[in-house]
Amino acid sequence: MTTNRLFNILVPLFSVLIGLLAGAIIMLIYGYNPIEGYAALWKGAFGDLYFFGETIRQVTPYILTGLAVAFAFRAGLFNIGAEGQVIAGWLAAVWIGTSIEAPIYIHLPLAIIVAALAGALVAFIPGILKAKLGVHEVIVTIMFNYIALYSANAIIRNVLTEQADKTEKIAATASLSSEWLATFTSYSRMHYGILIALLVALIMWFIIEKTTIGFEIRSVGFNKHASEYAGMNVNKNIILAMIISGAFAGLAGSMEGLGTFGNMSIQAGFTNLGFDGIAVALLGANTAIGVILAAILFGVLKVGALNMPTEAGVPSELVDVIIAFIIFFVASSYLIRWILLRFKKGAK
Amino acid sequence: MEYVIEMLNIRKEFPGIVANDNITLQVKKGEIHALLGENGAGKSTLMNVLFGLYQPEEGNIRIKGEKVQVTNPNIANDLGIGMVHQHFMLVEPFTVTQNIILGSEPTKVGLTNLKKAEQEVQKLSDQYGLQVDPRARIRDISVGMQQRVEILKMLYRGADVLILDEPTAVLTPQEINELMEIMQSLVKEGKSIILITHKLKEIMQVCDRCTVIRKGVGIGTVNVSDTSVDELASLMVGRAISFKTEKAEATPGDVVLKVENLHVNDSRNVALVKGLNLEVKANEIVGIAGIDGNGQTELIEAIAGLKKVESGTITLNNEPITNLPPREITERGLAHIPQDRQKLGLVLEFPVSENVALQSYYKQPYSKNKMLHYDKINEFAERIVKEYDVRTPSIHTKSSALSGGNQQKVIIGREVDRSPDLLIAAQPTRGLDVGAIEFIHRKLVEERDNGRAVLLLSFELDEIINVSDRIVVIFDGQIVADLKPEETNEQELGLLMAGSIREKVGGDE
Repeated sequence: MTTNRLFNILVPLFSVLIGLLAGAIIMLIYGYNPIEGYAALWKGAFGDLYFFGETIRQVTPYILTGLAVAFAFRAGLFNIGAEGQVIAGWLAAVWIGTSIEAPIYIHLPLAIIVAALAGALVAFIPGILKAKLGVHEVIVTIMFNYIALYSANAIIRNVLTEQADKTEKIAATASLSSEWLATFTSYSRMHYGILIALLVALIMWFIIEKTTIGFEIRSVGFNKHASEYAGMNVNKNIILAMIISGAFAGLAGSMEGLGTFGNMSIQAGFTNLGFDGIAVALLGANTAIGVILAAILFGVLKVGALNMPTEAGVPSELVDVIIAFIIFFVASSYLIRWILLRFKKGAK
Repeated sequence: MEYVIEMLNIRKEFPGIVANDNITLQVKKGEIHALLGENGAGKSTLMNVLFGLYQPEEGNIRIKGEKVQVTNPNIANDLGIGMVHQHFMLVEPFTVTQNIILGSEPTKVGLTNLKKAEQEVQKLSDQYGLQVDPRARIRDISVGMQQRVEILKMLYRGADVLILDEPTAVLTPQEINELMEIMQSLVKEGKSIILITHKLKEIMQVCDRCTVIRKGVGIGTVNVSDTSVDELASLMVGRAISFKTEKAEATPGDVVLKVENLHVNDSRNVALVKGLNLEVKANEIVGIAGIDGNGQTELIEAIAGLKKVESGTITLNNEPITNLPPREITERGLAHIPQDRQKLGLVLEFPVSENVALQSYYKQPYSKNKMLHYDKINEFAERIVKEYDVRTPSIHTKSSALSGGNQQKVIIGREVDRSPDLLIAAQPTRGLDVGAIEFIHRKLVEERDNGRAVLLLSFELDEIINVSDRIVVIFDGQIVADLKPEETNEQELGLLMAGSIREKVGGDE
């Protein structure tokens, strides 16, 4: 029991270390100085208040998409559709933010809630198809990513604007960004969304660990047959888990719409926030606290990487290689467990 | 005397417990050697030591007189030791031969030489009288045949010592007799067998010697011809065991469960329950005897709301419950100890505490306004663990880490504690040792005496005759006989179960 818990913490930690080590080796092979490279990465993430603010800004949606994927995972569902749900949430938030006038204490919460509902709606359809007809959620959610992407583009072009490639800025009453935070962080795009992300993490932990809803979702995720035997409504739980997962992803979209960008442009491709959320959830072992830590790591790597070409001449793509290594080692956790066990035995 | 396997003074510790303490197991060539012990006594640990999955802290292993270091299962295989696990490791869509050669395929110019393999399998099968068709697909053959395929697999790999882990748990009485004959022909051909079992009758029937383990400690080895069932039982449990369940005459009360003209299909939509009628009264244990696949599983799942009823009615306490959701049926007074404890009965990844609460987590005091009260749940779990003697390091231990018998006690504790009007126990003692069986039988009788209706499904005729107040025989989806246990015997039941004779039941047909 205790060793198991220890392992659950050690495996991701080791994976991160090995991933960073592998990155260093690749830098060496290509003739870069890994110490300079990582120093630049560190500076790029925490070097001054601007970078720090940008890192937090990047961490915010990662927490939410990570939670979205993790929540579905707990019910035994693989929500690859977080990407599409992010786009839906973003669009819905910007729509509310640009189209109505209201005081801030109505406008902002309304925009956030509608974004969550939009994400939930996009996730609800795969959920109901899975529950009622047994259609695999992976296939449906992948297809819904495209539906969300191209629908959002069409709506921006034809409904929200007249053939423009981006929407107007949202009203100040719907904005998450603040003069104070911007000044404090040397005009980074950091916004109050991080508080919402942390609050949602708390909510997820609470639902999963403390309520009967979480009890049922975990039970269904582990064993559908026993759950049915124990009188749980398996289909209801599948749909509910997808709705909550989608709502979390929709909130991630609102962070971009109401915080980072304040509008929405035509997207040439996916935002990748949803896809990165899969990696964040995996690294965070599908727990709320794990997701926060993993999201911080991903945010640091992604934002810090931007400083690597200028300061150390290391291409920023290297960070994607490191992230891939980390995911690889987490996914093949068996290998890490085996190594750790060997070490433990050796120590004895 | 030559020993093929000697495990001398084996000691294996895990953090916090000693799983094997000073156990010695010596198997002679050409004998059937029983390894007897309660659930969790350390039999599996000992075999895992033999197979190199665990390294012993003390003691050593000799194979054919030579001291060996077994550090992984491949070494054990090379030394001629083969194990048939309780849960078969077969690829269902593959044929018998494909399964047997898997991993060591004979080749001809780089291609699998299936023909040659089939001939070899056929030869082996004939030699030991296994009657296996090398070309049959695994999914098309019976469980008993699948087991023989596992045995063949070991023989094909040149095993001299076969370890059979609870081989009869999944077999019908006829299949058990056939297996006994096969075991005897195997030792006649010079093989040695280690039979891991709790079934004392089988030990008396086929084994030469028996090594007993109790709570991880080696108790000793006895010649089967010099001992008795009672002595073996008391050696294993450490106290005298009564095989006859003590119970007073039943005084059946009102009808609790009534099943009328029930029709249920299986998952492939084949009719399996065909117009079945059944009544169970309060203060009565009704045992369902029947060969697996005659509709008993579907009957029970239909009563519990887990399978759709095509037509007919089920009433519980005079209220119709046909096709109600499982929870509503549970709340009307059903408790169900399911046949497949790992698939239906438990969420294996949950700790013991959450499994104890699996049927009541949504009710007060375990939760209120959808908030779980873990202090109450833990209290509840502690009580069940204590009352039902569940051997677990803690209530927070993952249920998958418990032995089968202790997993079953968690389920029985959870179900019986709800004081149901109707208790369905489907194969409640499958794979359990005599101590646990005695305990469970006592509980069933106790529930009956508390005024419950008990419906018992079992493939062990001993159990049916011993525990039931009334026996119904199911054949081809119908009840074909309704008997008093004291007026029947295993032979008659066997014939009824096989459909060879039919007794008219109360004008139902």
